[in-house]
Amino acid sequence: MTTDLLKVRNLKQYFPIKGGILGRKVNDVKAVDDISFEVKAGETLSIVGESGCGKSTTGRAILRLDEPTSGEVEFDGKDLLALSKKDMRKMRKNLQIIFQDPYASINPRQTVRQILSEAMNIQGVVPKDKQEDRIKELMDTVGLGPHQIDRFPHEFSGGQRQRIGIARALSVDPQMIICDESVSALDVSIQAQVLNLLKKLQKELDLTYLFISHDLGVVRHISDRVLVMYLGKIVEIADKKSLFDNPKHPYTKTLLSAIPVPDPTVKKEQIILKGDVPSPIDPPSGCRFHTRCPFATDKCKNEDPELRTNDDLMASGHRAACHYIEEIESGEMQPHE
Amino acid sequence: MFVYTIRRLIQTIPVLIGVTLVVFLMMHLIPGDPAQIMAGERADAETVELTRDRLGLNDPLPVQYGSFVWNAVQGDLGNSIRSGRDVSAEIVPRFWVTVELAVYSTILSVFMGLIAGIISATRRNSISDMVIMVVALFGLSMPNFWLGLMLIQYIGLTVGWIPVSGWGGAAVILPVITLGTAGAAIIARMTRSSMLEVIHQDYIRTARAKGVKERYVIYKHALRNALIPVVTVVGLQFGVLLGGAVLTETVFAINGLGRFVVEGINQRDFPIVQGSVLVLALLFVLVNFIVDISYRLLNKRIELD
Amino acid sequence: MTTTNSIIKVDDLQTSFFTHKGEIKAVDGVHFDVPAGKTLGLVGESGSGKSITSLSIMRLIESPGKIKGGSITFNGEDLLAKSEAEMRDIRGNQISMIFQEPMTSLNPVYTIGDQIAEAYQIHQGKTKKEALQKAVDMLELVGIPSPKARVKAYPHELSGGMRQRAMIAIALACNPQLLVADEPTTALDVTIQAQILRLINRLQDELGMSMLLITHDLGVVAETCDYVAVMYAGKIVEYADVNTLFSNPKHPYTVGLLKSLPRHDIDQEELEVIKGMVPRPDELPEGCRFAPRCPFATDLCRERLPDLEDLGEGNQVRCWIHTDQWNGPEVNVKDDYRSAEST
Ligand SMILES: Nc1ncnc2c1ncn2[C@@H]1O[C@H](COP(=O)(O)OP(=O)(O)OP(=O)(O)O)[C@@H](O)[C@H]1O
Ligand SMILES: Nc1ncnc2c1ncn2[C@@H]1O[C@H](COP(=O)(O)OP(=O)(O)OP(=O)(O)O)[C@@H](O)[C@H]1O
Ligand code: SF4
Ligand SMILES: [Mg+2]
Ligand SMILES: [Mg+2]
Repeated sequence: MTTDLLKVRNLKQYFPIKGGILGRKVNDVKAVDDISFEVKAGETLSIVGESGCGKSTTGRAILRLDEPTSGEVEFDGKDLLALSKKDMRKMRKNLQIIFQDPYASINPRQTVRQILSEAMNIQGVVPKDKQEDRIKELMDTVGLGPHQIDRFPHEFSGGQRQRIGIARALSVDPQMIICDESVSALDVSIQAQVLNLLKKLQKELDLTYLFISHDLGVVRHISDRVLVMYLGKIVEIADKKSLFDNPKHPYTKTLLSAIPVPDPTVKKEQIILKGDVPSPIDPPSGCRFHTRCPFATDKCKNEDPELRTNDDLMASGHRAACHYIEEIESGEMQPHE
Repeated sequence: MFVYTIRRLIQTIPVLIGVTLVVFLMMHLIPGDPAQIMAGERADAETVELTRDRLGLNDPLPVQYGSFVWNAVQGDLGNSIRSGRDVSAEIVPRFWVTVELAVYSTILSVFMGLIAGIISATRRNSISDMVIMVVALFGLSMPNFWLGLMLIQYIGLTVGWIPVSGWGGAAVILPVITLGTAGAAIIARMTRSSMLEVIHQDYIRTARAKGVKERYVIYKHALRNALIPVVTVVGLQFGVLLGGAVLTETVFAINGLGRFVVEGINQRDFPIVQGSVLVLALLFVLVNFIVDISYRLLNKRIELD
Repeated sequence: MTTTNSIIKVDDLQTSFFTHKGEIKAVDGVHFDVPAGKTLGLVGESGSGKSITSLSIMRLIESPGKIKGGSITFNGEDLLAKSEAEMRDIRGNQISMIFQEPMTSLNPVYTIGDQIAEAYQIHQGKTKKEALQKAVDMLELVGIPSPKARVKAYPHELSGGMRQRAMIAIALACNPQLLVADEPTTALDVTIQAQILRLINRLQDELGMSMLLITHDLGVVAETCDYVAVMYAGKIVEYADVNTLFSNPKHPYTVGLLKSLPRHDIDQEELEVIKGMVPRPDELPEGCRFAPRCPFATDLCRERLPDLEDLGEGNQVRCWIHTDQWNGPEVNVKDDYRSAEST
C-alpha cells in the first residue's frame, strides 16, 4: 500500500506564445511550473483547483499526450519520459485516461463492441477468441448489461457513455487510471452512480486513481489524498481529512469557504477573494497567490514559498506553500481588507 | 491593427515572389522558342541568335528573372512581339475595363446575394426561401459563358436598347449579370447558412431578452456577425471572377485584359500574356490583402497566428 | 403559497416542441409564484425544463416550440395575452434575464458599453450619450474596475467573471422588478461564483428586486433562495420554503437528490443514488414521471399521475405517498429512502 506507483519530479509544462511581427516566441504559458508529487499504489490522489490552474495539463504531461518541457515522471519504476514513442504507447496499457466529455472521446460511428475490441487489439492484451467474453464481462462490471453491446454511443445517456469510457479504460487491465473531470458533466443523481462505480472498481481491481476535478464535494468523496493547485503550482497537499478539516494555505481556505453548502442552516463565513485568477503567462512574482491573498506581505511578493510542513500544526504528509502558516494559525496575522 | 497590417504586408512578399516566378517561368516552359517567333518564322539562325541575345535569353535564368522583376517594378513589361508596341501602355486601358467589369459584378453579387440570403434565413423554410435557394442552385451550376450566350439570345436580341457587345453604358448590363450571377448565388447561400448559425447564438437571445426590436436584432446584432465569413467568400469570389472575366469578355467582345490574354495566347505573343497575367495576379493579391484587413476590422477577436 | 403579493405567478404552464418525431412536452404543468422581493430557486436535472420555463416567461420560445397553455401573471396581468410589442416593452425593462454562458451571451462585435446602453436607450428613451454614461455607472455598480475604460472593451477582452458582471449590468440597467437568472454562475469558478452571487444578492436588496434563480446546484439554492421549486421531467414535484425543503423534504426525488450529493463539508461513506436516468421527453412514463426510478413506487404510481398538493406544512408535493389514496406500506420518505441498486 505504501509503494509509490507514480512519481512526478519537478514537472514543467510551458506552452510557447508566438507574437510580434515575425511571429517569434515572445513568452510562455507556464501551465505547470515545477511540481512534484507521488501517487501510492491503490490510492486515489485528487488534483483540485480552478479553471486553468494546470490540472489537465499535468495529466496530459504524465501520459505524454503533450511532451513536458522538463522534469521526471516515473511509473512503476520506469522513467516514462525516456521511453520511445512506441514503448510509451505500450505503457499506456497500464496507465489509462478517462476524459470529461464522454462523447468527444469515443468514436460515434463505432458500436460499444467495436470500441472495446479496438482498445484490446491495440494493446494486444486479450486474444481474439476471448474478447467476446471479456467484453460481456466488462459491460457487466460497469453496469451496462451485455444486451447493449451493439448499440452506438448516441443511443446512450451521458452517464452511460461515461460508463463506456470507463469500460474502455478497463478493457486493457490498467494499473492506474487518470480521471480528468470524468464526472463533471453529469447530473448529481448520475454522478453518484458513476462515483460509486469507480469506488467499487477500485476495491475489486486494486486500481490507482489520479482524479482531476474542480468539484471539492466529489473530491472529498472519492479521494484518499488531495493536492490543491493554483496557477501551475501546488499550494497544498494532504490527506483528505487534514485538507478538509485543517486547511493551512489561505487559498485552500478560501476555496473551501466559497463552495455553497446544501444546507440552509449552515451559516459559514465566506472569504470572498478580490479580482480574477491572474494569467499564467506572467504569473505574479513570489507567492503566486499574493495578488489575491488577504494576508500577503512584501515577503510574499518577493519570495516564492516552498511546500513545507509543521509537525505541531499539521498531520504527517500534510504540506502547504505559504510563508505564514504559523502566524495565520496563531492569529498573529489578520486578514487585511 | 497596425502590427497586423504590417505583418500581413510582409506575408505578401513570398506570394509576390511566387507570382512573378511562375509568370516568368511560364515563358520558358511554353513550347516554342520565343526568339524564333520574334525573329519571324523564316529568319535565319544568325538573326534568331541575335534576337535571343537582344532579349537577354542567353543570360543565366536568375539574371533573366532579376531583370524581369526589375523592369516590371519600373512598369516596363516589354514590347509586343507582333505589333512591337509597349505592353504596359496596351494593358492600362484594358486593365481598367476589366476592373470595372469585376467591380460591378462584385457589387451586383454582394448586393443580390446579401438580400437573398437574409430573406432566406429570416423566413427559413418559407416559399421565398425555397425559391431563392433553387434559383441560387441554378446560378451556381450554370457555366457562365452559357449564361452569357443565353442572355444575348433571349434578352440582348429582343430588348433593343441593350447592346450585346462592347463596353460602356447599357452594354455593361449583360456581362455584369453574366459574371455576377454565380457569385450572387454563392454569397446568398453563404449568407443564409451564416445567418442561420448566428441567429441561434446566445447573444441573439440576449438581444431579444433586452427588448430589442426584431428588425434590429437581425440587422444590428445578427448581420454584422454573419458577414464575417461572407467577407472571405467575397474575396475568394473576386479571384474566381477574374478568371470568369476571360470568358465573359470573349463572349461579349469586350476589350478587357481577359480577352487580351486570350489573344496573346492565340498569337503566341508572350510579353502580352506575361504582362497581363502578372497584372491580374497582382490584382488578386491586392484584393485578398484588402479582404483580410476588413475581415480583421469586422471581427476584432481573431489573432493572427 | 397563495401569497397575494407575489410578483409573478405561473399556473399550469405548458410548453412543447413540435418536431418531426412528435410533440416534446418540455414543460408540462408548471406552477409556482415568486413572492415580491424574494428569490425562488428552480432546481432540477439537465433537461427537466428549467430553461424552457424561464424562456416561456420571457415569451422567447422559438419555433418549433410553442406555449400551449396555462397562464403567467406578472403584476396582475397575463403575459401570455400580451402582444409582441407589449412584451418587448416588458423585456429588459420590467423583467430581465441573465444566461448561463457569459462567454457566448454577449455580442462579440459590440463593446460592452454599447450593449449595456442599448436596453437603457430603448426603454428609457435616452440619448446615446446619456445611455453610455449609464453604462459606466452600471459597470461601477457591478464592481468592474476602471469602468470608464471598460465601457469601450469588447467581450473577448474580459474574463468569464467580468463578462457575467457585464451581463448583470445589462439586465439591471432599467431597474427591473423581476430578474430571471438561468444558471448565472454555472460556468464560473467557485471563487468567482461566490463573488457573483454576493453581488446579485446585494443588488437585489438595494433595488428591491424579485428573482427567479435557475440552477442545478443545491448548494447555491441553500445559500441564496427563500423558496424552492423542484422540477422533474417538465413538472414541479415539490415546492417549499428553503428551510422546509432541506430539513423536511417530502418527494422521493427531492430526497434522492439530496442524498446523492457529494458534500465537501461532511464525510459520507457511500452516496445514495437515484437508479436509472431521467426519462427522455419524448418517452415520458404514463403515471408519476418519477415512478420508474422511485424506490417506493406502486401500481398506483405507475398508472396515474398525482397532483401537486399542499400538505399544510409549507410543502406542496406531487406524490401519491402523501395522499389518502396511497395504498403501499407506510413510509417516511426521508428516513426510508434507499436506492435499490448501488451502481
Ligand atoms: N496546448 C496548449 N497551448 C497553450 N496553452 C495551453 C495549452 N494547453 C493548456 N494551455 C494553458 O495552460 C493553462 C492550464 O490549462 P489546463 O487545461 O491544464 O487547466 P485545467 O486546470 O485543466 O482547467 P479546467 O478546469 O478549465 O480544465 C491554461 O492557461 C491553458 O490556457
Ligand atoms: N429546440 C428544441 N427542440 C426540441 N426539444 C427541445 C428544444 N429545446 C429544448 N428541448 C427539450 O426540452 C427539454 C427541456 O429543456 P431545458 O433546456 O429547459 O432543460 P434544462 O432544465 O434547462 O436543462 P439544463 O440544466 O441542461 O440547462 C429538454 O428535454 C430538451 O430536449
Ligand atoms: S505566502 Fe503569503 S500570499 Fe501566499 S498564501 Fe501565504 S500569506 Fe498568502
Ligand atoms: Mg481541465
Ligand atoms: Mg438550461
